[in-house]
Amino acid sequence: MALLEVNNLDVRFALRQGEVHALRDISFSLERGERLGIVGESGAGKSVAAFSLLNLIAKPGFIAGGTVNFDGQVLNRMSERGLRKVRGNRVSMIFQDPMMTLNPVLSIGEQMVECLKAHRRISSKEARAIALDKLRQVQIPSPDKRLDQYPHELSGGMRQRIIIAIALLLDPDIIIADEPTTALDVTIQAEIMALLLELCEEHNVGLILITHDLGVVSQVTQRMLVMYAGRVIEQGPTREIINDPQHPYTQGLINALPQMATPGERLNQIRGSMPSLSNLPSGCAFHPRCDFINRADGQPRPACTQQVPEFVQSGNCRVACHMVAEMLEDRRLKEETS
Amino acid sequence: MSAHAEAITESHTPTPRQNEESADSLLQIRDLKKRFSLSGDFLDQLRFKGGKLVRHQEHVHAINGVNLDIKRGEALCVVGESGCGKSTVARTVMGLLTPTEGEIRYDGNRIDNLSSRQLLPYRKRMQMIFQNPYASLNPRMTIQQTLEEPLRLHHPDWKRPQILDKVEEVMRSVGIDPDWGKRFGHEFSGGQRQRIAIARALAVDPEFIVADEPISALDVSIQAQVLNLLMEAQQERNLTYLFITHDLAVVEHFGTRVAVMYLGTVCEIATTATLFEKPRHPYTQALLSAIPRLKDDRPQHIRLTGEVPTPVNLPSGCVFHGRCPYANARCKQEIPVLQTQDDGTRVACHAVEEGRL
Repeated sequence: MALLEVNNLDVRFALRQGEVHALRDISFSLERGERLGIVGESGAGKSVAAFSLLNLIAKPGFIAGGTVNFDGQVLNRMSERGLRKVRGNRVSMIFQDPMMTLNPVLSIGEQMVECLKAHRRISSKEARAIALDKLRQVQIPSPDKRLDQYPHELSGGMRQRIIIAIALLLDPDIIIADEPTTALDVTIQAEIMALLLELCEEHNVGLILITHDLGVVSQVTQRMLVMYAGRVIEQGPTREIINDPQHPYTQGLINALPQMATPGERLNQIRGSMPSLSNLPSGCAFHPRCDFINRADGQPRPACTQQVPEFVQSGNCRVACHMVAEMLEDRRLKEETS
Repeated sequence: MSAHAEAITESHTPTPRQNEESADSLLQIRDLKKRFSLSGDFLDQLRFKGGKLVRHQEHVHAINGVNLDIKRGEALCVVGESGCGKSTVARTVMGLLTPTEGEIRYDGNRIDNLSSRQLLPYRKRMQMIFQNPYASLNPRMTIQQTLEEPLRLHHPDWKRPQILDKVEEVMRSVGIDPDWGKRFGHEFSGGQRQRIAIARALAVDPEFIVADEPISALDVSIQAQVLNLLMEAQQERNLTYLFITHDLAVVEHFGTRVAVMYLGTVCEIATTATLFEKPRHPYTQALLSAIPRLKDDRPQHIRLTGEVPTPVNLPSGCVFHGRCPYANARCKQEIPVLQTQDDGTRVACHAVEEGRL
């Protein structure tokens, strides 16, 4: 069994206007030391997915179904007390904005020691030594000086390094990183991503990387999920999805990148925008924007507008699309007849 | 030809072209400097030091001597990391900030020292698109009102039907249904809001548009839509763009020429193709290698060490020397100036000049 197994996770938000289905039927697994990317546009539900893994969904949100199995424990059925032993200890998180995650009134050292002492029975002196060692690992210049500094005294890139050091503090099995480099500049972003990758490989830590940047995902992760309107629409090995995307949305997303077009030419845009979760279209949520809802004979495929697509296996990838299903079915029939 | 022009001919070979260039440039920025005071007003600046009352002032040196020429019909992209002064350049060009030193000439006329009344005819010819469409649309105005406002201001003689026609035309041209005019900004998605902001800029038929990170707040699939719209508008209306961005992939696609800025100075200007093929300045090289690409077959990334220094205390010499792998003693003392290379690229780097790189 994999280290982390998510089965049919379903998250809803009970709002006054009615229930919003934020996450439907998410399933994936993560082996020890594996790196998984979750890609999607804002509002696709990728952050909700990350938060729900550690049962960090705040009211009015709740996990309505499915399980999160981590190392033999079902996290979404655990008590708060039990969860606290997992959070930050065996599974830690890195958030987008380092200024929001660091406590502005505590020095870096105090925050790190606090975290260590909450999970282990060690003296402050020992904790400080571990903290110092972790700061060295994230290549912070003069780490002993940094321990007594406050977050505002450090630059954005430095703060994100500290966050990574804190995430690594208790030698976790998995790090969940929610857009860890989005708030940073391009050159700093490259440094931080390279550092994170290096440390994960060195300590054999699993990484769940949530981002909207397909470039980062393709460089860092081994497998990926593409999310759209609260659902996974394609999942599989990163290389295969990037090189040969099956779902029309994934294709559109990759082709819309400026680097995929000849300079000066029109970009291949996806028309329209993502529907809001409270007002999803019928059938496949992507169908109003999809260029492939017509069949080979020119007639629109009724399933696209009426039926939510099931996952089909296509090579090593799983794709939720009627068009792909039909194509695979056609191919299978042809092979059978020949 | 004047004696002055001849003197230039002797020193630089491609001069006849250079002369032409300055003739058809729409906007010229000369030795632009902008400082922002950090010290508050006069009373805040007073400090006791050694028993005496002294005036203590600190400045952010946002731009330190920028020279740029924007030619008619081109899209000049300014790239750089946060705090490099690219937005300050945009705002100073638009007259939203007054430069501390230097000149801005639009179509040959100096515009940086004009009063807002004198600037009005220029404001009709140059328009701006801002980064955040959630902040740049007035939440208390309907889309119709938002789009009518610039027309009323710049065409006081227009009758109502004429204004309505223009609003409808401009809404159609950006792909917004004219029936949505009664709605307010918050009823639209980010991409649609940015379309409305573009429509507002296009309403007065400008010839020059300053776009300050117009797509960075948008999602990937929407970014492509807005970028296509900007490119269509450029072709149809023969617009000139000053395009500010930090996203080099966008620059590669959109820009005619690129100026790379670092800490308030321009370190390299080149045509887009040349810059991406053959980046000269060490900072440009690092910046290009840091773009996460989908299909990566490039050699090892250049990893810069250290952080961008603060623009409050500028480093001596080349502003990049603290992070530059090629820096030597000269770089720490002498400020490099932009020098034209054989293919027209202009680079401010001692290492390139000395042939060390």
